[in-house]
Amino acid sequence: MSFQLSTDAQQDEARITLGGELDAAAAPQFKDAIEQVAVTSPKRLVLFMDELAFLASAGLRVLIFARQKLGDVDIYVIGSKGPVLNTLKMSGFHQSVYLQDSYAT
Amino acid sequence: MERIDVHPTHVYQGFRIRSGKPYPFGATLVPGGINFSIFSRHADYCVLVLFNRGAKEPLVEIPFRGMFQKADNKEPVWGEFRTGNVFNMTVLELDHEDLEYAFRMDSNYQSTPRGKPGIHRFDPSRYLMDPYARAIGGRDEWGKLADWADPYQHRARIVFDDFDWEGDRQLEIPMEDLVIYEMHVRGFTRHPSSGVPSAQAGTFSAIREKIPYLKDLGVNCIELMPIFEFDELEHSARDELSEGWARMNYWGYSTVGFFAPKAAYAATGPMKDGTMVADELKNLVKELHKNGIEVILDVVFNHTAEGNEQGPTISYRGIDNATYYMLNEEGYYYNFSGTGNTLNCNNPIVRDMVLDALRYWAAEYHIDGFRFDLASILGRDPWGAPLANPPLLEALAYDPILGKCKLIAEAWDAGGLYQVGSFPAYGRWAEWNGKCRDAIRRFLKGDSAMSGAMSMVVQGSPDLYAGRGPTASINFVTCHDGFTLNDLVSDNEKHNEANGEENRDGANDNNSWNCGWEGPTCELAINELRRRQMKNAVAMLMLSQGVPMILMGDEIARSKLGNNNTYCHDNELNWLDWDLQEKNADLYRFFKNTIAFRIAHPVLRNRDHFQQQDSRNGFASISWHGTQAWRPDWNGNALAFMLSSRANGKADGDNPIYVAMNMHWDALPFELPSPPDNLSWHLSTNTSMPAPQDIYEPGNEPPLENTSSFLVGGRSVAILVAK
Repeated sequence: MSFQLSTDAQQDEARITLGGELDAAAAPQFKDAIEQVAVTSPKRLVLFMDELAFLASAGLRVLIFARQKLGDVDIYVIGSKGPVLNTLKMSGFHQSVYLQDSYAT
Repeated sequence: MERIDVHPTHVYQGFRIRSGKPYPFGATLVPGGINFSIFSRHADYCVLVLFNRGAKEPLVEIPFRGMFQKADNKEPVWGEFRTGNVFNMTVLELDHEDLEYAFRMDSNYQSTPRGKPGIHRFDPSRYLMDPYARAIGGRDEWGKLADWADPYQHRARIVFDDFDWEGDRQLEIPMEDLVIYEMHVRGFTRHPSSGVPSAQAGTFSAIREKIPYLKDLGVNCIELMPIFEFDELEHSARDELSEGWARMNYWGYSTVGFFAPKAAYAATGPMKDGTMVADELKNLVKELHKNGIEVILDVVFNHTAEGNEQGPTISYRGIDNATYYMLNEEGYYYNFSGTGNTLNCNNPIVRDMVLDALRYWAAEYHIDGFRFDLASILGRDPWGAPLANPPLLEALAYDPILGKCKLIAEAWDAGGLYQVGSFPAYGRWAEWNGKCRDAIRRFLKGDSAMSGAMSMVVQGSPDLYAGRGPTASINFVTCHDGFTLNDLVSDNEKHNEANGEENRDGANDNNSWNCGWEGPTCELAINELRRRQMKNAVAMLMLSQGVPMILMGDEIARSKLGNNNTYCHDNELNWLDWDLQEKNADLYRFFKNTIAFRIAHPVLRNRDHFQQQDSRNGFASISWHGTQAWRPDWNGNALAFMLSSRANGKADGDNPIYVAMNMHWDALPFELPSPPDNLSWHLSTNTSMPAPQDIYEPGNEPPLENTSSFLVGGRSVAILVAK
């Protein structure tokens, strides 16, 4: 399943919607998106993962990169489920983000 | 500025390559590609084999010497990628997540067929795992039936090593302050009662879920039984009825790869992503450190999973048999490990590999220390003779990266070398004190004339470790090898029938006592006595100078049904039943408070041995007593002592402590010495009393009414604190 990504920066909040498989091949695209939204200095990063089917270690690294790049920013992970949610939990990343099923737009 | 070494010089079947770097060994991510480097002194020919993840057929096989194409104009060109005895090559533009790799090797030396003795065992038809592989697949899901038709069973993978440590570093808890909890990764949470989701049970991430339990118990160090990649299917046997495993290599004392964490111990193992497995373990270490708990690894460098001349070719023997293994003149493997082969640890190449591995675990995983299985083997020369000044042990002791790591030896081997008290220490090595274990067990069960031996244990075994101090002594009553504490007080004999060797395996000298009935019983008096003996044992352990180690589950009376060698069982025999925590809550409470008592009193945690000199208003740091104050009986069943100050003679604000251990079957009155500084005695612990009067939380000890004498019940321990 190919990787899909869209971004939406609004005032203090940056939103990135992820879909498909976030593996080593797709990770640079995600990283570019993080760097792009970092320019707007958001206070909150919201990652919509409802349609994300797979998260590899390279993708996980970009999440960590996001935390480091954006500094003191709250990161929300929305709608992650199945293997992606498991990956977040087993790797311990869930402890440094807000995991939510849905997000009020 | 762009590096100039990211461009290929050669092309082979479309793969763009250039000469690599010989160091570091293994597969290393470099700008633009992956550097592959492997040593072999006796191989003349080597091929790098690349696979897509899980594929049986290679993606490509790239020789380290042969005809290639020039990268710029595709003209034929000769190439050889080798430095000295190291084959090295960088392959550019590879997807490291989806990649597995192997080597094939051949030599002009005469090779030996499987089953025959011989010096060299090159076989160019075999795929060989990299000894420096940082991740190894093939056994990604615990106990899953292997595809035996796959010619590459243990598959080297690549690891991206940029973990986010958030400032974590080794804790460097002083050795004398350590309380070690020995545990098996899978056994700790695999039981359904653990409450961990089934996909996570038995893994690194599940241990993370149980950190609050460890913290509440009060231990500040976990010692993990082997987590280097091993093959749980080695010597396994199927149970045809259940279609499960009747026996398997459960404990894991048989290393496949020294640099790779056991993939099947990761909840992320089934993802077949080496980096993910590494991250899961690193995350566990980070979380443990955040909670003040160190991690020691039980490491097995004495042999590998390749067995003797009948064993499989996984890696080492196909790469350089004569370097990696101890061989006799006929080419048979020396067997000081009892498992078929012996790693040639004092060969300079192998010595460096061991050092590199430990440095890697310390640097990349922030591991706090290592316990070396059958460590005496590491002190033998290539022909098996014990060395007076073993280079490997010395190098480990003085290594800069390992400088703050705990180094603990199991100071014996299967070849008959027994070095408890005499292991080459270089001021750094501690030992599993097997003599302490035996003395406590014998004193506990009431063997005659053991009070003198017990007095040595209490002091941190100065008879063994004079000049090295008490921290050279890892004190324990039980460990993975042998009875659990519950079985120690429930069985006179081992009951190893489930192991399939007609009860021949396992130790016979257990120094155990069943308290009147063999195995489980409904007899109330016997069960009460057993409960008391367990409390006595942990009290003796926590009151002794040195480093106490307890076995997973002893704090809740875990039993292995009298089996003292459960190396092969992936079932309830080895899984910790968490329901025992409620059933044996009083024992858990006793363990917890006894550990807390040790932590609360620095006089129990000395770096140096007591000097038997006056230190506190005329009182010695440690003074000895019996049923009469100041009159110890060195050949009896009872021992009492008073700690008035630390070994350096300073009180450091601590309270004097008096301990009476009565291992006689009847109650005995103990005349109490007057405590220093006009203080008065308070009761901390009395194992003859039922819970909760058996032990009081540190700081809440009630005063004694009669401060001149104390009646200690039969087979009981009493602890008083002067306040």
